[in-house]
Amino acid sequence: MRFLQHLPVLVILIPLISAVVIPVIGRVNRFACWIVSCVALFFSLSGSIYLLNKVANTGKVTYHLGGWKPPWGIEYSIDHLNGFVITVIAFIAFVVAFYAEKSVEHEIEERKIPAFYSIYMLLITGLMGIVITGDIFNLYVFLEISSLAGYALVALGKHRNALVASFNYLIFGTIAGTFILIGIGYIYMQTGTLNIADLRERLPEFYNSTVILTAFAFFTVGLCLKVALFPLHFWLPKVYNYSPSVVSSIMAAVGTKVGLYVMLRVMFTVFKVEFSVENVPIANILIIISSIAIVVGSILAIAQTKIKLMLAYSSIGQVGYIVLGATLTNQIAMTGSIIHILNHALMKGSLFLIVGCLVYKAGIERIDDLEGMGKRMPFTMAAFTVSGLSMIGVPLTVGFVSKWHIAIGALDAGMWYFVPVLIISSLLTAVYFWRIIEKIYFYEEPALLHEDRRVNININWDRREKRENFGDRRINLERRSEFKGTRRKNKEDRRRQLDKQWQPLEQWDEHGRWEVVKNDRRVSEEDRRQFMPDRRSLEGIGRRTRDYNLALIKRGEAPWTMLAPTLVLSGACIFFGIAAKIPVAIAEKAAAMLLR
Amino acid sequence: MVELILAKYNYWIVIILMMLGFYAVIARGNLIKKIIGINLFQISVFLFYITMAKVKGGTAPILWDKSQVYDNPLPHCLMLTAIVVGVSTTAVALALIIKIHKAFGTMEEDGIIIEQQREYIKGRV
Repeated sequence: MRFLQHLPVLVILIPLISAVVIPVIGRVNRFACWIVSCVALFFSLSGSIYLLNKVANTGKVTYHLGGWKPPWGIEYSIDHLNGFVITVIAFIAFVVAFYAEKSVEHEIEERKIPAFYSIYMLLITGLMGIVITGDIFNLYVFLEISSLAGYALVALGKHRNALVASFNYLIFGTIAGTFILIGIGYIYMQTGTLNIADLRERLPEFYNSTVILTAFAFFTVGLCLKVALFPLHFWLPKVYNYSPSVVSSIMAAVGTKVGLYVMLRVMFTVFKVEFSVENVPIANILIIISSIAIVVGSILAIAQTKIKLMLAYSSIGQVGYIVLGATLTNQIAMTGSIIHILNHALMKGSLFLIVGCLVYKAGIERIDDLEGMGKRMPFTMAAFTVSGLSMIGVPLTVGFVSKWHIAIGALDAGMWYFVPVLIISSLLTAVYFWRIIEKIYFYEEPALLHEDRRVNININWDRREKRENFGDRRINLERRSEFKGTRRKNKEDRRRQLDKQWQPLEQWDEHGRWEVVKNDRRVSEEDRRQFMPDRRSLEGIGRRTRDYNLALIKRGEAPWTMLAPTLVLSGACIFFGIAAKIPVAIAEKAAAMLLR
Repeated sequence: MVELILAKYNYWIVIILMMLGFYAVIARGNLIKKIIGINLFQISVFLFYITMAKVKGGTAPILWDKSQVYDNPLPHCLMLTAIVVGVSTTAVALALIIKIHKAFGTMEEDGIIIEQQREYIKGRV
């Protein structure tokens, strides 16, 4: 069938076209943007699964763009490695896009939503293009497409620090991209070709030339910057922290993974294994650096108080695992490293989606606020626990499969001293996850959340003379300065102003239930009946005593469009842990191909 | 030594431009100056590609009876793409700087850090 012949390019083209179409559709209907992006990504997902299946059955699939034969034209070639990675990307991208609707509504300004979907599709186009292409300059172009989309997405974060994070990311990303461009230039200068398969044939005779060594150095530094390997990781935590949850999810899950894929390609396909191990001792250097990254990432993660920051630092450690497994240049370790790409994409994607659910439903960002969440959002927290276990590497999760392979590979390569590194970092991971799991399941649920303080002040606004006696003094003072300049001409104006202030209470059913709390603890059923629920008596609370105030208890799970993708991702952690044969079979072939 | 420099003067220019740009990115606190540095850095790479495409005695790669030797057109094409990438990076960066200036009231890195710390302290009290 002609359609299926063109599938390798369609997988990328359809998200690209939809990126152009979405802003136009967004003028008519915002909801349609979401549907279009979901449909396009579903197509990409089914296309890449078909390609992976074809690769597994028949071997390499190649596609010549515009009918030009390689090495002159651009070639798309899919083997076991990039078939695997592209399926992971398409899967995560589809799941996250499905999740995005509600979360984006909550975290991004309404008029920017069509732009968000458009840039998101561009990001996916770039990421999938990097993976599928067989031409190294084409790879650079896709790398820049995905990075540029990434900068814009990060800048969509609500906090103003998101802009600074995005700017830093831009500086680092551009330097990394330009380094890679220089590397490509040197290689081209020496060999006169840009096709990856062709480069592999032609490069060996130049292995001792300084030009190629320089090229390799530029590639290594540029790619280490892109994947945020330990000493070059500074841009990453802030980017993950301040970007919207959907964006941090897709960036953490597949953004850095694609960088790692390029690293594997350059080290083991463009250059042969012998070069990366013998001509330059880069593999040995990266082994040590990545071991440090694993331990340091885990330690830094323990020190964090914000959930997103903790996950970001743990990402730095996880990147170390993948690099370590790859640079051991042992087939089993390489298999583990490739499965870890899948593992990290699933669990980190799932964890960031969970953070998005928490932000949406309860406005929680700090680890301390997670107390008692096990009762409030049981499914979300179960997903959190499963993903956490997968990150620790408990048996029956896919994390165990990958860590096991890396450890066995280290033993097989005769480098047993890396096994303690793996064990120590797994224990450290257990420390920072257990800390949270303990808070979730074994702590009493506090009644007081962030929103209630605002409400408290709203209540007291009526009686300005007393306001400093109630609630949180700091916020009171801020409020006062905010309203200092407003002069109310008459009672009507004032009433209107107050009504505005009262707005949160109008959304009674949608957001949950308001409860009266005393000294940060919920009061008994009788006490509550005394005060609730009419607005008059709420005013009375503030008037009577300072001990009582209102808390918004947001119960229940996030809407199903958010919950289902989260559960799918964390369920996949277990599914691939039990049915490990599927990814292992593909990863083994990919590893054999890389170490050929 | 002088011959060495003169013989490959185009590569020396590339290196000098590249280091100037890189230095500006690292050392300057002003965000616009950082972007100028990034641009210099990228442009030096464009020059590097174009200089490598030059063939001694070559003419523009157009079919022409009098010429036997042509310059290599491929790096030129590659650089057209890279220039587009560079321009869009600059555009995104400038847009970000406008936003940062609106949000923080400054374009200096130090000023932004002071603002962030002020906000952090405010949040703690």
